[in-house]
Amino acid sequence: MNERGYDIVIIGSGAGGGTVAQELAPLCRDGIRIVVLEKGPKLAENEFSGREIEMAQALYEDGGGFLTSDGGLTLAMGVAYGGSTVVYTGTSLIAPSRVIAGWNVPGLSHSEIERRSRKFMEQNNVHFLTDDLINENNQLFVKGCRRLGYNVQQFPVNLLGCRGSSLCNLGCPNLAKQGTHRVQLPEAERGGVEVVTRCEVERLDERSVVATVRPRGVDEKGGPSSWEPGTYRVHGKIVVVCAGAVGSPALLLRSRLGAALPRLGHGFTCHPALILVAEHNRPITNFVGHPKSYYLDQFVESDGYVLETCMYFPFTTAKSLSGFGAPHAEFMEAFPRLQMILVLACDHPAPENRVTVDRAGHPVVHYRFTPAVKRALASGTAAAARIFFAAGARRVHVPAARPPTVEAERAERLDDLIDEDRFRPGDVTVSAAHLQGGCGMGLTARDSVTDSFGRVHGVPWLFVADASLFPDSVEINPYLTIMALADRVAQWIRQNGRDLLAGA
Amino acid sequence: METRSEAAAASAGAAPSLLPPVFRAIVSTVVPAATELDGEAWLEVERLVIDSLQQRPRALQRRLRLFLTLVQWLPALRYGRPFTSLDDERRARVLARLRDHSIDLIRVGFWGVRTLALLGYYGRDAAARAIGYRPRHDGWDAFRP
Ligand SMILES: Cc1cc2nc3c(=O)[nH]c(=O)nc-3n(C[C@H](O)[C@H](O)[C@H](O)COP(=O)(O)OP(=O)(O)OC[C@H]3O[C@@H](n4cnc5c(N)ncnc54)[C@H](O)[C@@H]3O)c2cc1C
Ligand code: SF4
Repeated sequence: MNERGYDIVIIGSGAGGGTVAQELAPLCRDGIRIVVLEKGPKLAENEFSGREIEMAQALYEDGGGFLTSDGGLTLAMGVAYGGSTVVYTGTSLIAPSRVIAGWNVPGLSHSEIERRSRKFMEQNNVHFLTDDLINENNQLFVKGCRRLGYNVQQFPVNLLGCRGSSLCNLGCPNLAKQGTHRVQLPEAERGGVEVVTRCEVERLDERSVVATVRPRGVDEKGGPSSWEPGTYRVHGKIVVVCAGAVGSPALLLRSRLGAALPRLGHGFTCHPALILVAEHNRPITNFVGHPKSYYLDQFVESDGYVLETCMYFPFTTAKSLSGFGAPHAEFMEAFPRLQMILVLACDHPAPENRVTVDRAGHPVVHYRFTPAVKRALASGTAAAARIFFAAGARRVHVPAARPPTVEAERAERLDDLIDEDRFRPGDVTVSAAHLQGGCGMGLTARDSVTDSFGRVHGVPWLFVADASLFPDSVEINPYLTIMALADRVAQWIRQNGRDLLAGA
Repeated sequence: METRSEAAAASAGAAPSLLPPVFRAIVSTVVPAATELDGEAWLEVERLVIDSLQQRPRALQRRLRLFLTLVQWLPALRYGRPFTSLDDERRARVLARLRDHSIDLIRVGFWGVRTLALLGYYGRDAAARAIGYRPRHDGWDAFRP
């Protein structure tokens, strides 16, 4: 086995890992050696083709088809230099104060989350798009909401040089989204941090990790790793795990930390989401312009859902429509006339929803929709359908209704048409991209995996700094909150990590 | 009149399939326009599916192969013929029964096969163009020259 020695090893380079790398980079000036080990590849600027299947295979875990254990939910996770920030849409919200208060993590205040989030909003050029850059898919959402008296809001987005190609979730071909691959990781590398791609960490041992570097496959996108293919033991006085809400608990479980940390893998939530589609009588601008400019969170506390604008690609859209044959094809053939809305349910931890590993050490996510989530998806569907009709749609595809096509004349009966029981494995297509929890913060190993600075209970050299730290759902788009928490972890290491770095 | 399934068989006739023949029959039932694909286009559908399966866990690949066999032979019990020999209406009825089945595993199996059929068909550039989806890297600039 090859051996490598560093002072700090960071695992994963997404919202959490990229932030930690940048925030620890100043330590390199004092001779501290820092490495980021990232399982995914680093794509060259001209490799973002915008082709749906090709890019999904290049940038997502399981090519975008990672399923929960019963096959009822598809989880989207980016695997690349930059992690999921390469494929996110760039909507940038600060966590609400009621959510942080509800988390009840000792020592973690909303004002701190807000202050740290604002720092990254500035770094990532977060701003509102001007009216001339808002397409009709988004304008119709605003129109429908306003007609119904809903309090629609505009998303701040983190773009620089956006041309409106609407391909955000396939990786931006114009490099406009300010993910960690564009901002924090390059800054960290300029500061002296080494980033090794195609390097998957298999397990943690005492102050070291075992990782495998894969060769670049024939026809695979992305450059080769800077390390030769093979197995490595990488020593680190401090190890920061940032492999995401599925990857981090799975790695700790593979490393046999589960016995001492009974909450490991528990508390997983993910905002299960439905893509809803409606047809208008005329073509609208939908696949030109940034896809996600507005949202409606007015019903999050009462009914547990948020609505967002969205625009997906042909296969993803086809998969989201229920049924098959002619009625399904009719919606697909109306593509230039389609308006889309995403319904996100704000789920909360449930005992059965958790991350485990199989015998080979691969992550397994167990997830069932709770009655509250089914209700939220049903109410969110009804609200979205009303918005579509208020915006002038001639018909709406309601995946949880049978038949799913609802014409304007049947709009009055929407609540009766939607069947909550259809949110069961193998029926309505539900997916999730906001994966959270699994290494939740708290006080002791009885109620959590880490403390509020991401220090793993009972393992002083081991930290977690990513979405897995969330003790409960954040109920909004999560990346800024992840960066804020990762920033807090990094600051603790900068200020208090001397003994650990001295090997004490 | 020629049924969709017969048309599919004729149009795909010369092209050797990379997946069991039942897969093309399923794709043509899920997406009726697939009956118009020529041999090259069918190979593209199948290649996309095979490539995407290669990234998936082995166990899932095995379950899918098993499910394809089930779809092919289950109709023999009811209609005395395998799926590939049924007319369009009966094929649709078989798939609808699997979709609505009370056993989770069967519904999930159907959902998986339907997903692959849609991936193969709509994952092609030609299918995207045919439904009017034409994104451009230069977005607004191309739209408002
Ligand atoms: C399609 C999509 C759209 C989204 N849109 C938005 C949005 O608009 N706004 C928003 O706020 N959020 C959005 N999100 C969510 C946001 O991107 C994620 O919540 C965030 O990036 C998660 O950060 P993370 O550090 O926890 O994990 P990630 O960013 O996923 O990074 C984890 C990294 O760890 C690597 N890794 C995993 N296991 C290992 C291992 N064993 N060894 C080495 N490396 C490993 C992975 O390859 C990955 O690069 C979106 C997500 C997706 C998928
Ligand atoms: S819409 Fe803007 S940010 Fe999204 S992919 Fe296109 S150019 Fe990039």
